[in-house]
Amino acid sequence: MVGGGGGGGVGSGLLENANPLIYERSGERPVTAGEEDEQVPDSIDAREIFDLIRSINDPEHPLTLEELNVVEQVRVQVSDPESTVAVAFTPTIPHCSMATLIGLSIKVKLLRSLPQRFKMDVHITPGTHASEHAVNKQLADKERVAAALENTHLLEVVNQCLSARS
Amino acid sequence: MDRHTVYSIITNFMQTREEELKGLGADFTFGFIQVMDGEKDPRNLLVAFRIVHDLISRDYSLGPFVEELFEVTSCYFPIDFTPPPNDPHGIQREDLILSLRAVLASTPRFAEFLLPLLIEKVDSEILSAKLDSLQTLNACCAVYGQKELKDFLPSLWASIRREVFQTASERVEADGLAALHSLTACLSRSVLRADAEDFLDSFLSNILQDCRHHLCEPDMKLVWPSAKLLQAAAGASARACDHITSNVLPLLLEQFHKHSQSNQRRTILEMILGFLKLHQKWSYEDKDERPLNGFKDQLCSLVFMALTDPSTQLQLVGIRTLAVLGAQPDLLSSGDLELAVGHLYRLSFLEEDSQSCRVAALEASGALAALYPVAFSSHLVPKLAEELRRGELDLTRGDEPTKCSRRLRCLQALSAASAHPSIVKETLPLLLQHLCQMNKGNMVAGTSEVIAVCQSLQQVAEKCQRDRESCWYFHQTALPCLLALAVQASMPEKEHSVLRKVLLEDEVLAAMVSVIGTATTHLSPDLAAQSVARIVPLFLDGNISFLPENSFPCRFQPFQDGSSGQRRLVALLMAFVCSLPRNVEIPQLNQLMRELVELSCCPSCPSSSTAAAKCFAGLLNKLPSGQQLDGFLQLAVDRVEAGLSPGPCRSQAFTLLLWVTKALVLRYHPLSSCLTDRLMGLLSDPELGPAAADGFSLLMSDCTDVLTRAGHAEVRIMFRQRFFTDNVPALVQGFHAASQDVKPNYLKGLSHVLNRLPKPVLLPELPTLLSLLLEALSCSDCVVQLSTLSCLQPLLLEAPQVMSLHVDTLVTKFLNLSSSPSMAVRIAALQCMHALTRLPTPVLLPYKPQVIRALAKPLDDKKRLVRKEAVSARGEWFLLGSPGS
Repeated sequence: MVGGGGGGGVGSGLLENANPLIYERSGERPVTAGEEDEQVPDSIDAREIFDLIRSINDPEHPLTLEELNVVEQVRVQVSDPESTVAVAFTPTIPHCSMATLIGLSIKVKLLRSLPQRFKMDVHITPGTHASEHAVNKQLADKERVAAALENTHLLEVVNQCLSARS
Repeated sequence: MDRHTVYSIITNFMQTREEELKGLGADFTFGFIQVMDGEKDPRNLLVAFRIVHDLISRDYSLGPFVEELFEVTSCYFPIDFTPPPNDPHGIQREDLILSLRAVLASTPRFAEFLLPLLIEKVDSEILSAKLDSLQTLNACCAVYGQKELKDFLPSLWASIRREVFQTASERVEADGLAALHSLTACLSRSVLRADAEDFLDSFLSNILQDCRHHLCEPDMKLVWPSAKLLQAAAGASARACDHITSNVLPLLLEQFHKHSQSNQRRTILEMILGFLKLHQKWSYEDKDERPLNGFKDQLCSLVFMALTDPSTQLQLVGIRTLAVLGAQPDLLSSGDLELAVGHLYRLSFLEEDSQSCRVAALEASGALAALYPVAFSSHLVPKLAEELRRGELDLTRGDEPTKCSRRLRCLQALSAASAHPSIVKETLPLLLQHLCQMNKGNMVAGTSEVIAVCQSLQQVAEKCQRDRESCWYFHQTALPCLLALAVQASMPEKEHSVLRKVLLEDEVLAAMVSVIGTATTHLSPDLAAQSVARIVPLFLDGNISFLPENSFPCRFQPFQDGSSGQRRLVALLMAFVCSLPRNVEIPQLNQLMRELVELSCCPSCPSSSTAAAKCFAGLLNKLPSGQQLDGFLQLAVDRVEAGLSPGPCRSQAFTLLLWVTKALVLRYHPLSSCLTDRLMGLLSDPELGPAAADGFSLLMSDCTDVLTRAGHAEVRIMFRQRFFTDNVPALVQGFHAASQDVKPNYLKGLSHVLNRLPKPVLLPELPTLLSLLLEALSCSDCVVQLSTLSCLQPLLLEAPQVMSLHVDTLVTKFLNLSSSPSMAVRIAALQCMHALTRLPTPVLLPYKPQVIRALAKPLDDKKRLVRKEAVSARGEWFLLGSPGS
C-alpha cells in the first residue's frame, strides 16, 4: 500500500494537486424501523446509490471520492420504478487527467452493484472539465467500457479504486 | 569447524572469561569483525548480532574499529528475509529485525554512520524499509543526545514531514509521528551549557515554519497531518509543549474568528482540543507558570461560542473542549463555571436530532461535577429540581409527548450530574420523591415514566459504587423507599387504582431489580449483614417495621398469601439476596429455600415462579459445598422430578431444573452433569423439547440479574468450554438417534452451544462437527439456520483451509439461503458468501461465474439491508483472481 508505489506509477511529489480541499464524510445511513421490518419494501433511492460510490478511492490520493467532493448525493438521480440511474461527477481540477478513470470506476461499481434492469448514465458535471464531451462519450460507449476492462492494467487500477480500504 | 560453533565458543567465553577477553583490547573486536564478515545464515546472524550487542553494552574496547563494526552489521539493514516454507528453525523476519535494531541503536557512537543510512532508507520506495528505518530512529533516540542528532535534524525532519504529508499508509504515518515524538523528547532531555545553542528551539521553529500555514487552511488535506506533526512534537516534553502551543494557540484562536463556517471552525477547535489535551500530561508546580492561564479567557469565550453554534458537530467539539479545560487544575474561575453549567443545562434538554450532543453534554456534566461539586450543587441541581416539579404538575394535568421527553431528559441530567457524594445527597432524595409523587395516585404515569426514574436511580447507584460511604447512603435510602412503594402497590385495595399496578408490571419490576442489584453488589459485608437482617424477615415474616411508610391495610406475606401481586415482589428479594457478597450469612436460609422451591413450582403466575427459581439458583450457586448444599439440591431434584411427571406444572418444574442446572454448571458442581443429562433427555419430549433446546442458550449465556460475576456468583471462566467438551458428543449422538420430528431440537441446542463458544476452542473440533453444521443449514427452522450461519461465518474467516474441503456444499447452501423468506437469514447467508472469499482463491475460481450470476438476484432484494450485503459480497467475488485486488 505504498502511496503510488504499486499503483498507477504516481510517484510522490508528482501529484497534480498535492493539497486538495477535503470534505467531510457522511456517516453510515441510520437504519430505520421500516428497513428492519420484513414486510415493507425499501425502494432504491439516491442515498443508496451515493453509498455505493462515495467510498470509491481516488486513484491519486488516499482519499475517497466523497472526501474530494467528486461525487455528491445531489448529483445522483434515480428512479426505481423506471430502472434508471444517472450520476454526475466533478473532477477536482478542470484538467484532471484522471477523469476518465474515475468515471470508469463509478460505472464499474454500479455495474457490479445494481440489478441488471437498471440503465445507467455516468457523466461529468456540465462545465467542470476541459474535455467533458470526449470523456462522456467514452463512458457512454458500452463497447469501449468493455474493451477498457479487458486491459489488465486499467482493470488493476479500477479494482484498486473499488477495494475496501485496509 | 563451522561458524555457528565459533560463535558459540565466543559467546561462551564472553560469559565466563570477560576479564581475559577484555585484556586482548581492540584486537578481540577486530578479530570478531573478520569472523562475522560475509555471514549469510539467519541462525548465525541472530547469534552474531547478540555478540555485537554484548561487545558494545559490556563496554569491550572497540578501538579504531567503530566504523568497521557498524559496517559489518549495518550491511544487513533493512532486513529483507522471508523464511522458507516449512522452515525447521522457525526464525522469523521480525526476530532478525529486532536483534539488528538492538545492535544499531545500542550506542551513540554509531550515530554519524547510522543516521545518513536511516534517512536514505526512509526515502526509499519500499514500505517495509520506511517502517524499519522510522522504528530504528525511534529506538536510537533513547540513547542519543543533541550532539549526535544536531547535524542531521533538517534532513530527518524533511523526511518525516514528507512521509506524514504524503503517505497512504497509516502505519507509516504512525511510525513517522512516533519518531518525531522521540526526536523531540531526545532534544528536550539534553542538559545544556549556559552558552550553548539549544537545538530544541531551532528544531521546533523549523517544524512550526513548515506546518503553521497549513493550519490556516482548515478545508485542505494537509491541515490534519500538520496538526498531528505539531502535536507529536508538543507531546514530547513540557518545554516542547510550551514552545509549540505558545505559537500555535494564538494562531488557531485567530483563525477560529477568521473562518465563519461551522465545519471550518470545528476543524480548528478540534486542533485546539488536541493541543489542550497535551497540557494534561505536564504538571506545573507554580500556578503562574501554567502556559494556558494567559489564553483562558479567549479559550472560554471560543468554547461558549461553539456551544451555541447551530452545528451539532461544532457543539460536540465544544463540549469536549470544555471538559478538557475543566480538567486543568485551577484554570476556570467560578464565573466561567457558572456559565459552563448554564450551557450544560441547556444542552441536556436538546431535541432528538442532536442526540449525540446531549449525550456528550451529560458526560461532560459528570466529569466536571466530580471536580466542581459546589458549582453543580448551586447552579444545576436547583434548576433540575424546579424542572422536575414542573414535570409533576404537567403529569397531573395530563400528558403531552414533548413534555414527557423533557421529563425524561431532566431525569437523565440529574443522574449524570450525581458524580460526587455531596451531589448524590441532593439528587437521590429528589428522584425518590419524584417516584413517590408518581405513585400518589393523581398523576397519569405510564410504565415508561416509572422505568425512566428507575434507570436514573440505577445510574446514580453505579456512580455511588466507587465510594463506600455513598454506596451505603444510597442503599440505606433507596431500598426501603422502593420496597415500601412496591409493598404498598401489592396490597389489595377497594378501588383498584390502575396507577399503583404499574409498579407491579414485569418491565417496571425488572428496572427496580437492576437498581436494587446495583445498590447491593458493592456493599461491604458488615453493612450488607445489617440490611439482610431486615429484608429477609420482611419477605418471610411480613416484618415491615423498617419501611418508611408502613401502615398497610393487610399483612405482607408473599410466600403464604394467595395474592399474585405480593408474590411478584419475590423478584425484588431475588435482586437483593443474589447480589450480596458470598460471605454474608443469610438469616432463616432453610425456610427461605423451602419457600422458594414451593413458589417456583406453583402454576399460577409464571413470572413469580421464574423469579423464585432464579433466586433459589442464585443462592445455591454461592453456598459452600457440604451437607446444607446437598440438602437443598436434593429438595430441588425431588421437586423437579415430581413436577416433570404429567401434570399441570411441568413447565415450572422445567424452569427450576434449568436454573438449578445453570447454577451448578457455572461452579463445576459434580451434580451438574446429571442435571444436564436430564435436560438433554427433555429435547425429545414432545411438549418441552423446544423449550429445552432454547434452554441451552440460557445455560451458555451471561445473565444480567442473577448468577453474575458482579453479583459475586461463582462463575468459573472456562465453564463454556467445559460444557462443550462434556456435552457436545452426547448432543451429536442424540441427534443421530432422535426421530425426525425432534431432530431440530438437538440441532438448535447444539447451535446455541457452538454460538457462545470462543472460536479458538471451536476450531479444533470443527472437522467432526462440520457435517452436522452443514446438515443444520438444510434444517427448516430459521433460528437454527441463523445460528448455524453465524457460527460458520467466523470459521470461514479463521479456518479457511478446513472449510475449502466443503466449498461445493457451502456455495450451494449459502446461495439457497440467500433467498430465504426471513430477512435475517438472507443477510447472514450473504455475509457468509462474503466470508467465503477468504478461502484460497484457486478453490473459489471455478465457482466465480456461477456465484456472480446468482448474487445478481439479491441485488434486487426488496430490503435495503439485504441489498447492502449482496453488494459487498458480489464486489468481493468480482475481485477474486482479478488484477489489483
